[in-house]
Amino acid sequence: MARAVTNRRKTIATAAAWTIGFLIFFPILWTVLTSFKSEADAIASPPKFLFFDWTLENYATVQERSNYFRHFWNSVVISVGSTLIGLAIAIPAAWAMAFVPGKRTKDVLMWMLSTKMLPPVGVLVPIYLIFRDTGLLDTRTGLVIVLTLINLPIIVWMLYTYFKEIPADILEAARMDGASLRSEILYVLTPMAVPGIASTLLLNIILAWNEAFWTLNLTAAKAAPLTAFIASYSSPEGLFYAKLSAASTMAIAPILIMGWFSQKQLVRGLTFGAVK
Amino acid sequence: MGRITLDKVAKRFGDVEVIPPLDLTIEDGEFVVFVGPSGCGKSTLLRLIAGLEDVSGGQIRIDGKDATAVQPAKRGLAMVFQSYALYPHMTVRKNIAFPLRMAGLSQQEQDKKVEGAAAVLNLTNYLDRRPGQLSGGQRQRVAIGRAIVREPSAFLFDEPLSNLDAALRVGMRLEISELHNRLATTMVYVTHDQVEAMTMADKIVVLNAGRIEQVGSPLELYHRPRNTFVAGFIGSPKMNLIEGAEAAKHGVATIGIRPEHIAVSPESGTWKGKVGVSEHLGSDTFFHVLDTGLADAITVRAGGEVDLHHGDTVYLSPDAAKMHRFDTEGLRIE
Repeated sequence: MARAVTNRRKTIATAAAWTIGFLIFFPILWTVLTSFKSEADAIASPPKFLFFDWTLENYATVQERSNYFRHFWNSVVISVGSTLIGLAIAIPAAWAMAFVPGKRTKDVLMWMLSTKMLPPVGVLVPIYLIFRDTGLLDTRTGLVIVLTLINLPIIVWMLYTYFKEIPADILEAARMDGASLRSEILYVLTPMAVPGIASTLLLNIILAWNEAFWTLNLTAAKAAPLTAFIASYSSPEGLFYAKLSAASTMAIAPILIMGWFSQKQLVRGLTFGAVK
Repeated sequence: MGRITLDKVAKRFGDVEVIPPLDLTIEDGEFVVFVGPSGCGKSTLLRLIAGLEDVSGGQIRIDGKDATAVQPAKRGLAMVFQSYALYPHMTVRKNIAFPLRMAGLSQQEQDKKVEGAAAVLNLTNYLDRRPGQLSGGQRQRVAIGRAIVREPSAFLFDEPLSNLDAALRVGMRLEISELHNRLATTMVYVTHDQVEAMTMADKIVVLNAGRIEQVGSPLELYHRPRNTFVAGFIGSPKMNLIEGAEAAKHGVATIGIRPEHIAVSPESGTWKGKVGVSEHLGSDTFFHVLDTGLADAITVRAGGEVDLHHGDTVYLSPDAAKMHRFDTEGLRIE
């Protein structure tokens, strides 16, 4: 009897999980479906789910009208660049905070996190003016700088939690064994922290790839990444749903594929430290 | 060689003095055990010797040379940690070879030494496994192997057996003692377990709140504890400490009598009480005798076959010659 109840509960829980999962996934599915419709089908009422004339013309038009690969390359440079620079700064920072904490380490961490609580639009004007005066507007360098700064607190926090999990004993053992600081980092710490560094890297590439506020506000044409590419197809009247969907699908496809292949690493990264 | 001298060594964390200035000499080849309740500063003292903590005052000399400011690796000491602290991403072979690799030895020399250590520690069949695939006892052996290959002038052990189960602990205790006999190298061993201290040490250092309460051989501490703290800490079960009128009869503030120095009789004796909990070990029985009017409970050690039950009235007769006397400060009176 008890067993039957458990099984029924399991079925209900599974159904609920699938439903929620589907609800979350639905907008993406709808976007992908719409990208294969004609503009007329895209706005048809009632909406057509699967039975419409499948077409690739939106992709062709989008490719004709704008240079997808230039935007794609900008996105790659900006997201990978800002993440690598962020890691280079954050690894020593998180290292110091995890293994040689001072009296104020916790405060510094909180302060770093608190910068994420500020609405970005609050600093838009000063940053815009600084960028204008230094000639960084619409440059990839400018975006790399801004995204590095924006995501640095998250990178430091993630790495800090990873490093915290590495027992200090092991580092002390390495020190007793005659390892210099360099060998300690190279042969003991880094190999142990590789999974953590990898998932931090992946997550931050995704965050930077999808970042829209700064990339839209600080670029015009030259440095515009895929977010700007999507935005160029949105119009207040909503006349080009199908083309907008095609652009969106093309923009999210690379990161979706990357996420798919690294999901094991990502899930581990996001739930790390939750269960000891 | 491995003679370690602590000269007025002190440690403060901010305003908190963990170890007030203390002096101690560890002779070459000695097996010295630091023992004390948790938080007494024994691990900190070991870490000061290792160089993993900086001293706040005083001097540490190793073989006569000032090592106070010398880096941990340059002190010629090897340490075995409570958590084993093995490198999880390296095989047993690489773990043991790590200090040799850091010292820049050739691959050939490394292999030779690692295999030698593995043979001594029965690890030959496990050299290509990772620490995660080993049992607790095997991991501890790897940690010891990593210490041995360095041929240190002294080994430092920080509660190395506390993560092992009871049976394994007794086995490893013997192995470490055997290793000490074979290598004749100085060993400094930290534990909170007085049985480990008694069974392994040449010399025990009893610590309490950062201070050295007494230094001596296990039997010295057992027979002539310098104060009530050492009296209560060394020996199992604990010495009975009796204050008040009974102590006043002997003209002192506290008297101490070990459980094994009290005779039990159902008919007659000096003190009268009721049997509380009995612990039967087969070879011995420990009775906790209540309602004696002397202390909350008096622990008595009797033979394995004594037929007494909960609630029985018993008479206790302490062996006056084995009684310890302490003054109002808790210090021993001869």
